[in-house]
Amino acid sequence: MTPRSIRLWTSIHKWTSLVCTLFLLMLCITGLPLIFHDEIDAALGATIEPDQAPDNAPLLSFDRILDIARAAQPTQVVTIVGADDENPIWHVYMASTVTAPKTEVIVSVDSRTGRVLHVGAAARGAVTKFLLDLHTDLFLEQPGMLFLGAMGLCFLVAIVSGVVVYGPFMRRLEFGTIRPRRRLYWLDLHNLLGIVILAWTVVVGVTGVINTLSTQIAQHWQRTELVAMLGPWRNAPVPPKLASAQGAIDTALAHAPGMKVQSVAMPGSPFAGGHHYGVYLRGNQPLTSRLLKPVLINADDGTFGETRDMPLYVQALFVSRPLHFGDYGGMPLKIIWALLDLATIIVLGSGLYLWAAKLRKVPARTPIAAGRPLVAGAERS
Amino acid sequence: MPAAKRSITQIFLAPVLLCAVIAFGLISALLGDGIWDQASWLALALPLVVIVFYVSRRGNR
Repeated sequence: MTPRSIRLWTSIHKWTSLVCTLFLLMLCITGLPLIFHDEIDAALGATIEPDQAPDNAPLLSFDRILDIARAAQPTQVVTIVGADDENPIWHVYMASTVTAPKTEVIVSVDSRTGRVLHVGAAARGAVTKFLLDLHTDLFLEQPGMLFLGAMGLCFLVAIVSGVVVYGPFMRRLEFGTIRPRRRLYWLDLHNLLGIVILAWTVVVGVTGVINTLSTQIAQHWQRTELVAMLGPWRNAPVPPKLASAQGAIDTALAHAPGMKVQSVAMPGSPFAGGHHYGVYLRGNQPLTSRLLKPVLINADDGTFGETRDMPLYVQALFVSRPLHFGDYGGMPLKIIWALLDLATIIVLGSGLYLWAAKLRKVPARTPIAAGRPLVAGAERS
Repeated sequence: MPAAKRSITQIFLAPVLLCAVIAFGLISALLGDGIWDQASWLALALPLVVIVFYVSRRGNR
């Protein structure tokens, strides 16, 4: 590398880092407790726990669950129903109209006893919801989310340029060298930590950026794939009399052996057509349980409609979630995730310190600014 | 401190190996349970061990 290109990459590293560091620090600091959001919610009593019932207790019909939720919230209509990840609980999402994009209330019903366990605006505790909102969109919804996505891209450029300048920097230093003098100590620590956790920061960064596009990805899928699946039914009205929703689930499961229900979109809602139930299934393997398969069921007679695999860009979003959250390998993985997050905070903080320390030195140097070309020439080695 | 210039291969050998181990760790827990989760913990703990090793080595001198 020529001294010129090294200087170029160094300034790319400096400026992209300066743009994103404060936001990245915020993301790392709010992300740290979010790794343990389940445990925090549980400790604060904010998790929704099922009733005590024997493991083999029969499940209530899904139609009965819908009736229970409607009775609990008579002014609202059901838009989509999600199955709890761990417990036999249905989370029934309701809004003023079936087409409303925003959920107004979530009614959580035990799928064996039928008792309404919780009614609220969010399925999370207040503390983790606050942290999550700050972490995903700075409380600014779509614009905030896309802004943080842009900061994530900036971070990725900073990482790449950092790796590029790591090469020439380490020409005369052995891997892992940490020199004792203060500024050099932080510089060497910055380089060591940054290069050692590189692959992790890249993966969490890229998957974070993909997650900021989740709304756009979902909308694009609805406008293209879902519309194509609905075919001639795309603008059909909701039939006056609906076939059984439990029947729709049974038909969908019969077409996809070994899968289980992740959610059921009601006819007329954004994730189903007017004429169909949208049953979303997931697999039973570690990876396939993260992927969804949509099955459309005719809402008037409960017969099978259409199914397709999700396109690659949607699968990429699904795989991005665990790879960003670190919630796919038990508690030890979460702890490792937290430690790697702390290491990232040290990289960001030391980078900021190094920039500030250099800045403080500049005034002393200004009088000899004319000597700069000479200094640049001396860098050639 | 070695005075000799180190080649690109020498500089990036350790970082590339670490990247490969981390990539394995990230993927193994995603594709399997049980032993694959444990393999993932070991692989992803390696960068942390490397950091602790080099930072504490300096402190002992």
